[in-house]
Amino acid sequence: MIEATALTKRYGETTAVNELTFTARSGRVTGFLGPNGAGKSTTMRLILGLDTPDAGTVHIDGVAYRQLKDPLRTVGAMLDATWRHPGRGGRDHLRWLAATNGIPDKRVDEVLALVGLTSVGKTRVLQYSLGMQQRLGIAAAMLGDPRVLLFDEPVNGLDPEGMAWIRQLLNSLAAEGRTVFVSSHLLPEMAQTAQDLVVIGRGRLIYQGTMDDFVARTSEHGVRVRTPHADELRAALTGQAEFTEADGAFLVSGLDSDRIGRLAFDAGATLHELSPITGTLEQAYLDLTREAVEFPAAAMQSAVPSSEVAK
Amino acid sequence: MNLLAVERIKLFSTRSPWWCALITLALAIGFAAIIAGATPADSPLTMPATLYGGTKFGVAVIMVLAALAVTTEYRFNTIRTTFQAVPHRSPALIAKAVLVALVALVIGEIAAFGALGLGMLMRPNDGLGLHTTQDWLNVAGLGPVFAICAVLAVALGILVRHSAGAIALLLIYNLAVEDLVQLIPKIGAHIHQWLPFNVANKFLSGSPGAVDGPPSSDSPLSPGWALAYFAGVAIVFLLVALGVAKKRDA
Amino acid sequence: MTTATNLLRAERIKLFSTRAPLWCLAIALIAPLGFTVLFFALAGPEIPATVANTQLATGNGRTVLLVLAVLATASEFNWGTMRLTFQAVPSRVPALVAKVAIVSAVGAVLGLVVGFGSWGLASLVQPDADLSLHTAADWRSVLGQSLVFLLTAVAGVGVALLLRSVAFALTAVLVWTQLIEGLMVFIPGVGKHIYQWLPFHAADEFVGTAGFSTGPLQLPPPPLGPWGYLGYFAAISAALFVAGVLVTARRDA
Repeated sequence: MIEATALTKRYGETTAVNELTFTARSGRVTGFLGPNGAGKSTTMRLILGLDTPDAGTVHIDGVAYRQLKDPLRTVGAMLDATWRHPGRGGRDHLRWLAATNGIPDKRVDEVLALVGLTSVGKTRVLQYSLGMQQRLGIAAAMLGDPRVLLFDEPVNGLDPEGMAWIRQLLNSLAAEGRTVFVSSHLLPEMAQTAQDLVVIGRGRLIYQGTMDDFVARTSEHGVRVRTPHADELRAALTGQAEFTEADGAFLVSGLDSDRIGRLAFDAGATLHELSPITGTLEQAYLDLTREAVEFPAAAMQSAVPSSEVAK
Repeated sequence: MNLLAVERIKLFSTRSPWWCALITLALAIGFAAIIAGATPADSPLTMPATLYGGTKFGVAVIMVLAALAVTTEYRFNTIRTTFQAVPHRSPALIAKAVLVALVALVIGEIAAFGALGLGMLMRPNDGLGLHTTQDWLNVAGLGPVFAICAVLAVALGILVRHSAGAIALLLIYNLAVEDLVQLIPKIGAHIHQWLPFNVANKFLSGSPGAVDGPPSSDSPLSPGWALAYFAGVAIVFLLVALGVAKKRDA
Repeated sequence: MTTATNLLRAERIKLFSTRAPLWCLAIALIAPLGFTVLFFALAGPEIPATVANTQLATGNGRTVLLVLAVLATASEFNWGTMRLTFQAVPSRVPALVAKVAIVSAVGAVLGLVVGFGSWGLASLVQPDADLSLHTAADWRSVLGQSLVFLLTAVAGVGVALLLRSVAFALTAVLVWTQLIEGLMVFIPGVGKHIYQWLPFHAADEFVGTAGFSTGPLQLPPPPLGPWGYLGYFAAISAALFVAGVLVTARRDA
């Protein structure tokens, strides 16, 4: 379990992490989401004691990281797969890291086999593809067979097979009772992998709870209804439920589809479509973090200039 | 011309050229001040003595900058983007060498005249100044020497591709090896006469220096030919480097 | 295995698993030995065949070792493996001590080989010269290289910890040892006094090679004896290392 309490970190004028309090439970995969620049990587560095917080604390199973003896045996982390010397072989990279915590070479070979890099162990890392470097980083995190795991963007650069493999790995690790804390931008992946969520924006906590609650609570959901008898339906729904109209369809919330079907029938409106919509993680996330995006992209302009459209 | 502009943007979008210029100027002018201050009142301050700091320190700093201008491209792999944009490769590398050489030239001129100016300020009665052609050569010559050193460093950077390796090789060679060779009995002195930095020194310092100053060069060439020789060595290195860079994987 | 042996093993793996340190070691061996052979094979009266003079070229080996020590440390900052090391060893200082221990051990062995090797080769090349090790000064010249190289490695690690970048640290140590220490003597007036307190000159004084290049310049006699100079050099190296550790232990990784 990872517990952060009022964690704060400033770099000069900028407050990267601001009074952040959250808990990542064991036996669960906790997704750590936030827009670019929200403070995710900083938070992870604070958890590992690489940076010192200006205020607040963060504990792993009740203990600060710096107090752990042989920390790699308790916490395995991959914060940045590029933290390696390019001229060194993959196996040697793992060997020195393992040696610092008294982990034998035999284990190094085990994790290499786990991530599928045994055949390239002797090759220098600069010749690895992005996916291979990523897998090496994951192997490094697994060296100590730790009960807490932190990953910063683990699927970056992996092919679909690799992504599926990671998803399976994370789930099985959590099923074994370990704490798995993963940050990612790949929302569809996150939706399939994580059970709990911690969402931050501009250094502050925006949401903490389960994935299901998050999606249910904040996103667009309801029932989409299409009918040729719009006026009748509108009359029937007014006062009974909230609804909006767009693209020739009604989006009704507050009533389940059975009740809407009943109302429409009583009002004499034939229904061409009556489908419940459940929100996606992407929708929920975008809605929630809209305000907190630090580096927003420009809104997409229409490809056709307006002067052309007027013709 | 376009390629030069590209290289200019690349170089000046980092802070390194400014740091380099600053450090070189500080070292050249600072050293001149120290020498001018420390030379006893009865022995005159000579031109080569004033410029010595700029020569030695400046060359080192400039070469590090020039080598880094190339090796960081290899390290961060932007060299691949460069070669993608310029498939013939040589034009881009030549543009880089030319640009860095130009920057080095400017820094060298400012450093030399600055050091001289300070020397003249501190010791107005020692007859320092731009009287003879040799004087002009001594001072204004620092720029071209810096420029050629920069080209050498770029060539080595292309060959070695590794920042640390290039810096180590350049500095150790420049600062130690040539002097060491001189120590080898019998043949050392002969070899030394033809080593590039020693020859460059001949161009800068011309006639033998004062008793208390730094040692001057033993090259048999005249100053003019000395510069040509030095430039020639640099160009040969660059050509070799270009050939290798063309053939090699990026 | 104790923590200490673990960390030492880790640093040993780090040092010998990339090419650069191995190249440095090769050059640090071949260059001084090669130059010594050349000097003694071709020497006339300008290089008298004394024990101290067999060590004239070892300074280069020492410089290359300095480069090795700086590289082994500063490149960890460049490539992010220092952060990884601190992730594995959050108390930080033990890892840094292990690093300096390994690098300086390598330095000591190198110094031993270069010192004795130079002397041995010189004896081979000039078998008639009396190069046997009689006096304490003789022993200091040959065996003392081991100590000097060890301390040089410590200084290199210290500077790299302070400057944190390969380009910066390399330039700094090379310019210092070659230019500043080399030129100080030529600065009129003060130069002749400051120069006696330069650390690598101190090292030269300990092994007895300081007199060769500066002899003709009629310098004032040195203020410290050879062992005093060794202590001085050791103090400076240690200070650089300690400063480096303090800075690195406190900062964000």
